[in-house]
Amino acid sequence: MVAKFDLNDDSVVVIIGTGAGGGVLANELAQKGVKVVALESGGRYLPEDYINDEWESFTQLAWLDARTTSGSWRVAKDFAGLPAWIVKAVGGTTTHWAGASIRFQEHEWKALSTYGAVEGANLLDWPIDAAEMAPWYEKAEAKLGVTRTGDRAGLPGNNNYLVFEKGAKALGYKEVHTGRMAINSADYDDRMACQQTGFCFQGCKWGAKWSAAYTDIPRGEATGNLEVREKCHAARILHNDEGKVTGVEYFDADGNLQFQKARIVSVAGNSFESPRLLLNSASSMFPNGLANSSDQVGRNYMRHTTGSVYAIFDKPVRMWRGTTMAGIVQDEARHDPSRGFVGGYELETLSLGLPFMAAFLNPGGWGRGFTTALDHYENMAGMWIVGEDMPQATNRVTLSDAVDQYGLKVANVHFDDHPNDVAMRNHAYKQGIAMYEAVGATRAFPTPPYPSTHNLGTNRMSEKPEDGVVNKWGQTHDISNLFVSDGSQFTTGAAENPTLTIVALAIRQADYIAREMSAGNI
Amino acid sequence: MTQPLKSRGLTRRQLLSMSAVAGASMVVGAGFVASGNAAWALETTAVKPESMATLIQMARDIYPHDQVPDQYYAVAVKGYDSAENAEKVEAGIAELNAAAQAAGHADYLSIGWEEDRVAVLKAIEGGAFFQTVRAGLVTGLYNQKEVWPIFGYQGESFSQGGYIERGFNDIDWL
Repeated sequence: MVAKFDLNDDSVVVIIGTGAGGGVLANELAQKGVKVVALESGGRYLPEDYINDEWESFTQLAWLDARTTSGSWRVAKDFAGLPAWIVKAVGGTTTHWAGASIRFQEHEWKALSTYGAVEGANLLDWPIDAAEMAPWYEKAEAKLGVTRTGDRAGLPGNNNYLVFEKGAKALGYKEVHTGRMAINSADYDDRMACQQTGFCFQGCKWGAKWSAAYTDIPRGEATGNLEVREKCHAARILHNDEGKVTGVEYFDADGNLQFQKARIVSVAGNSFESPRLLLNSASSMFPNGLANSSDQVGRNYMRHTTGSVYAIFDKPVRMWRGTTMAGIVQDEARHDPSRGFVGGYELETLSLGLPFMAAFLNPGGWGRGFTTALDHYENMAGMWIVGEDMPQATNRVTLSDAVDQYGLKVANVHFDDHPNDVAMRNHAYKQGIAMYEAVGATRAFPTPPYPSTHNLGTNRMSEKPEDGVVNKWGQTHDISNLFVSDGSQFTTGAAENPTLTIVALAIRQADYIAREMSAGNI
Repeated sequence: MTQPLKSRGLTRRQLLSMSAVAGASMVVGAGFVASGNAAWALETTAVKPESMATLIQMARDIYPHDQVPDQYYAVAVKGYDSAENAEKVEAGIAELNAAAQAAGHADYLSIGWEEDRVAVLKAIEGGAFFQTVRAGLVTGLYNQKEVWPIFGYQGESFSQGGYIERGFNDIDWL
């Protein structure tokens, strides 16, 4: 029995966004008996709805509402209105993610202490550590069914992985395997095993990949404590004279402005929309936006130091067959400043279909230098670089002068690479190319970063209120009944794909919120 | 889509007797562009057929794939043949031909060597016309499902049960 709560019910927790953070928080709270209204700007799509065609799927799932960009990153030039490739749908980007689920390394929770101050970087230690997070990671791995954790076996390697593995071993890399993936290697938790279909980015039609859309969301709804309101776009969070938030103003599916009262509000709209909403909620009491006494809302935007390496061989690879990202080299993830940069990076297998390869291999490229690469698409292998990028105060989300279809100011995303990011990316390109050359590649392509899929840090977690936006529970320093539950709370980005950590933090946060509600503290 | 010649009341012989004003691979008639081997014809309504032929050649020169027949380039740019786009297209083609003339050629289509046409394209690549055509081709050409097999790309596999029993790990040369 799906719940239906009254707009005037001020006992509910309102969660904005239903992805890895918001969707998990919603279910976890509902399981504990807490009443939840989740506002989701997108519609609901399930495995039978997913389309295994890159552009059609992109049109179906991607967040295409207006955003603007600035800064020297190449995305601002090639994809000026599309700084991120993330999803607008129930379940958020958990429909699109590739499934890579790896824990932070111990030292990455303490980036400032480990790396020391880095000029131009706004490094900070997280107020939590590996020991604190270990039990929550374990719960997250069980929820997602992560392979190579618990007693779950790894996925089999596809063609793209076999090329990648051989190259990695030729270079002497030791930590090489098909990844810790939230994609079933055997039936698990009412979801079937991976059928090696490809199109992981377009939504898994088998449901073999974990997505909140068909796990946490319906399970939360089944408790009778969760109401998900689809196609409802949050406009503003309101507060009372005591500085406590009182509810959320939103545009419903018919475009009418509504107000849902709330006991607690959690923001989980991703690292662009969450700070945008806090900034758009500025009032006479909070003229710089909600929870922004530190002036850190929107700052320290991180997107991981990414890039891809594709290579052509003299024989077919057919990299598109099978799981998109089931392959990893972790040897370079360590912190080893002798390489010329702090922090580390992962190398992970990746493939794109022909249409997206044409769009992303070398955006803006043309002529035979470009087309002879695509001519050998069948003989191509590919990998993705995921490395820790430096938080910088000037890399930030601000309100643009442009407005969206509701008349709300949109997010402008400003980004410049830090010299550490550039050094790391160049090192990773060199290693990736060397891996493929060791297997006989005849030509390699150091491909620039795509529109960001890992968007982090714009409401960061800090011990001290002056250093960040939220405390170690994701609770804003300024307003005790306002929380942040998505990747924007990341203090630093670490080298790992962020979803597992977002999920672990959300499970932990649900525990805290329920406890504090019971105690009457919020 | 491209249409058979019969629907235009043309025979293959009539077509082949027409002068190949559009370089080696295309012929231009009243209200249409056709391939030199009479495999396809594209009717034009708003844009001059010479301009459409130039646009098709330009598309090939931007993304040259020798194994991809002209008809797919024609499909990729046929959307420009509309009342809404005609003025901009004619202005763009005029810009392209002017650049060709500045380089000592009669017009773009008369240039025999691809590298000479590319040199002309380089002269206008910063302009809006070139960038619009190039960006449009990224989806217009590469998102045609009929083109994918030419590159070996297999598209979706869900309807066939994925690749778990159909070669996801069949690489045999490592």
